[in-house]
Amino acid sequence: MAVKSAVGEGTTTGIRGFRRALLRLPIRKIILVILSVVLLAGLVVGTRANLRAGIFTFEDYRSFAIDGISQGSLYAVIAVGYTLVYGILFLINFAHGEVFMAGAFTSFFMARTLSETGFLDRNPVVSVVILLIVSMVVSTITAVLLERIAYRRLRGAPRLIPLITAIGASLFLQNTFRGLYGAATRGYPIPQSLRGRWDIFGVPILKTQTLVIVGAAILMSGLFLFIERSKTGRAMRAVGEDKEIASLMGIDVDRVIVQTFAIGGMLAGAAGVLWAMVFQQVDFFMGFIPGIKAFTAAVLGGIGNIVGAALGGLLLGIFEALAPNLFIPPSVPSPNQLKDAIAFTILVLILIFRPGGILGSSEEEKA
Amino acid sequence: MFDKKRFSIISLLAVLVLVGAGCARDSGGGGAAGGGGEECPDSEFGCVEVASGDPITLGTLLVISGPNASLGLDSQYGVQIAADMRGDVLGHEIEFDHQDDGCLPEGGQTGAQALVSDPAIVAVIGTSCSSAGVPAAEITSEKGYLMVSPSNTAPDLTDPATHQPFYARTAHNDNIQGAAMAQFAAENRKATTAATIHDGSPYAQGLAEVFATVFEEQYGGQVTTEEAVQVGDKDFKPVLTSIASKSPDYLYYPVFVPEGAGITQQARQTSGLSDTDLAGSDGMLTPDFVEAAGEENTSGMFLSGPDLQFTNSFYEDEFLPAYKEDYGKPASVFHAHAFDATNMIFDAIEEVAIETEDGGLLIPRTELKDAFFDTSGYEGIIGTLTCNEDGDCNPQTTIAVNEVTPAGAFEPAFTATLKLSETE
Repeated sequence: MAVKSAVGEGTTTGIRGFRRALLRLPIRKIILVILSVVLLAGLVVGTRANLRAGIFTFEDYRSFAIDGISQGSLYAVIAVGYTLVYGILFLINFAHGEVFMAGAFTSFFMARTLSETGFLDRNPVVSVVILLIVSMVVSTITAVLLERIAYRRLRGAPRLIPLITAIGASLFLQNTFRGLYGAATRGYPIPQSLRGRWDIFGVPILKTQTLVIVGAAILMSGLFLFIERSKTGRAMRAVGEDKEIASLMGIDVDRVIVQTFAIGGMLAGAAGVLWAMVFQQVDFFMGFIPGIKAFTAAVLGGIGNIVGAALGGLLLGIFEALAPNLFIPPSVPSPNQLKDAIAFTILVLILIFRPGGILGSSEEEKA
Repeated sequence: MFDKKRFSIISLLAVLVLVGAGCARDSGGGGAAGGGGEECPDSEFGCVEVASGDPITLGTLLVISGPNASLGLDSQYGVQIAADMRGDVLGHEIEFDHQDDGCLPEGGQTGAQALVSDPAIVAVIGTSCSSAGVPAAEITSEKGYLMVSPSNTAPDLTDPATHQPFYARTAHNDNIQGAAMAQFAAENRKATTAATIHDGSPYAQGLAEVFATVFEEQYGGQVTTEEAVQVGDKDFKPVLTSIASKSPDYLYYPVFVPEGAGITQQARQTSGLSDTDLAGSDGMLTPDFVEAAGEENTSGMFLSGPDLQFTNSFYEDEFLPAYKEDYGKPASVFHAHAFDATNMIFDAIEEVAIETEDGGLLIPRTELKDAFFDTSGYEGIIGTLTCNEDGDCNPQTTIAVNEVTPAGAFEPAFTATLKLSETE
């Protein structure tokens, strides 16, 4: 016989118990799970169709993967800048894309001079180092000025205010550089010795792509060592954990924040030169879309987490390159036009199951 | 309680006032008969009233900023030269309201709305890009504003099914340009396989489709891949790898400067495309493209565009010197089309304007449009122009395919004169 409570608290056995359990399942979770299953099924079907059609060879997919890793490395370096600033200020620095652009575009003028005098071709290593220095200096100055002028006053303000300021700063920087350098797209010269491909363990990789991957790896490891081992790095981590306690411990919080922006700026500047070498084009608007994508990558990896940002950047790059030619069935015309759509769809899928990002907390975001 | 009641009464009044203002503006339009006591014959769209001593105002809606600015500015200069050489129309000076179409649908929409909200604008010369032309043509035709484009070439804009009644163009129809490029590829370059890339805009998509259709149906070639990218994309390596896997003889990407430059640079670094001809169209026919892509990358590629070897001497002897004196060397090719469009509009105004007693003018909009569309055998710089009912004023054109020299100059390598009715 079913146990019935006089007060009607509900049975835990029998038909009524089953219905109760059913109603307790959150509808939202069910819909999300169904959506995810459908999308995953779509990806699997598309992949099988592509592999069976055999349009691309293994070498082609390998080439896509390398394109993805190279692109992803660039996103990773920029994403770290976003995540560093968020970690200590809980501010999404939307102007970071423009910090990236400032260094890249300014270094273009140096590159053009070097190229016209022939120095670029004769001494490629020295030239690239010069360009990196120029770009990093300009980006760092831009980032530090940004912090000083736009963000410092708004430290205690509700989170929406600095966000809007960041968007405004982004627009301001875009148009300032447009006024300074002109609206035309410029072709970025690369040294003659960086044209073409290398054969690395039998795999042909573009020389500029190799430079990007190696450069990004060096930058990221350098950053990681710095954050983990150096005193400044420790101070940054402390401020990131708790600003008030850190200042009580004798850390100059203002200085640490400036240093964080500066490091983010340096990374963005380096990424700027690497980007310009791969895509050989600079213009005043070039930071906007990479900025948004890098921010998304940072969120994907877990915002506030440096390793997460790097991981997110790499994943986004790989999805962008591989997904249109792997997941979209061959019957769909011009799959590369859907590159952004498919990359962000996969991102959404991941965020459904890990709302805090891959390396972030797996709980739902608390307000 | 008292406060709430007052508030609701005031807000109700405010809403009624706003609704009243909105309704009143709609029925006003430009049809007031005022002025010198003459009646406006156009009851649907009204007349433009030009008071005595006032200038006649034309609007321009061209891409005058951003990476494609050279295209729009070049047309704008052609318009200005037409006005300078004309001096005045029926005793009234000529003034312009310049708007920016940004080579984007948003720009075309915003600019067109700005122009049609000004009842003094008689007609519009624009847009530069077909992507801006589609929304702009709809907005201007809705309000009865004549719009003539010097460089829109997308076939959809004058297709009988989608043509807007107040829209016309002096530029060629891309049904011709795509066919000419296909002919060049098949006959001159002896290509048997080809691939195309477009950017989703009406211009690029139209050209790529026409090229593919003519290449396959008329010349028996095979189109191996039809791909697309997005405006603003920077990374084309996956697309190019995908295309290179089929090793086409000819790669045609009729897009604009930023994407065209990126594709050219990255195609030169794609190993599977080292034997493939690279080709683009008039969106890239500007020195800005060579600058953005780099001379060593553009050398040897082919770009189609209107043939500028005009048979009349006016272009060489009078137009070009005037252009070079004020604006330097032309950076694009549609200045002549803009010049002719502007003069045709002036002629139409002179034909239909009604002089009022006090020395002003009434210009009926529908009659102006009809007079323009009736233009037949007009001797312009670009040739003899006759407008058909779908808005194509240049139904027989010569398209040139230019080769880009190592120094970045454009040398005509091939010309084809085709008539719109011959192509599909």
